[in-house]
Amino acid sequence: MTVDQTMFREAILDPEAARPDGLSDGKGRPAGRRFDVYRNNVSVSLTEALEVGFPVIRKLVGQENFRLLASAYLRRHPPHSPLMMHFGADMPAFLATFEPTRQTGYLPDVARLELAIRESYHAADADPTSPAELEALPPEALVGSRVQLAPSVRLVRSPWPILSIWRFNAEEAAKSPEMAAEDVLVARPDLDPVPELLPPGGAEFVNAVLTGATFGDAMDMASGASRNFDLPAVLTVLVKMKTMIEIGG
Amino acid sequence: MSKTTKTLAAAGAVATALAASLAVPAQAQTKEKCYGVSLAGENDCAAGPGTTCSGTSTVDYQGNAWTLVDTGTCAEIELPAMADGTPRMGSLEPLERDLPS
Repeated sequence: MTVDQTMFREAILDPEAARPDGLSDGKGRPAGRRFDVYRNNVSVSLTEALEVGFPVIRKLVGQENFRLLASAYLRRHPPHSPLMMHFGADMPAFLATFEPTRQTGYLPDVARLELAIRESYHAADADPTSPAELEALPPEALVGSRVQLAPSVRLVRSPWPILSIWRFNAEEAAKSPEMAAEDVLVARPDLDPVPELLPPGGAEFVNAVLTGATFGDAMDMASGASRNFDLPAVLTVLVKMKTMIEIGG
Repeated sequence: MSKTTKTLAAAGAVATALAASLAVPAQAQTKEKCYGVSLAGENDCAAGPGTTCSGTSTVDYQGNAWTLVDTGTCAEIELPAMADGTPRMGSLEPLERDLPS
């Protein structure tokens, strides 16, 4: 045997590399062409995984360009895990430095939104608190409580209109994006993840709640960070998206 | 914010949020998860990669340019430059790697 795993791996990821020596088939014959087939399948299947994982980025740059981008990505950031659901986590950082996409400022944040939607999909199930439970809770108790949010909740903040860009490319008849910073909450109100725009102060509020602040402290942090903090609108999103799974403690 | 102000604000917000949630028809109850019917690339499938069958005959081609810039929607989206001087988007630069040796 003249080939080790490191050599094999390097040759898999470098289309220009020579086939490693010493590969043989079941009958002991040299298996160089089989290696070529395998090498091709690795990059094609990883490219397809990225296409499935980043449909909006693919639409933004175009199918042909996405294949070129994927071919560079999969060699610079090969999978860390055998679970393909995790492949692509470095895409935002990659888009920010990759020469052809570096100038398009919103691409990394749109990729973060696509990753958040995927993570939300794979997060554990949790039963939301009922509206009746929330209604029955005295407001003083709510203000002093910690609220636990569902495992499917993700927060993506951006100086770009990322949700408008996402909708423009993912939904029929969506409006053309206009410049605005957008903070997006992703959650699973029913079965599949849904991205929803957060009103002013919403991201600070959700972030505070996620890091263990009481409802009342989260209100202070959000109104301190955003003069236009709109608690009724934020809470409406949190209830509508069925994000709250436990109130108390 | 004082404690009383906060309590009043919270009470008002709960009332608003509950009224809004009641206005939404409860349609979710009848939905059931149906596995394995989404076609790859369709937007109602949010699972991401991991379920594709690989080993197709597609060839991994190496390229030397963004050949079809117009096929994407980057150029359609007109947004102003960022305050920090990040340039306006809309044009994509050619790809200068993976050139055939």
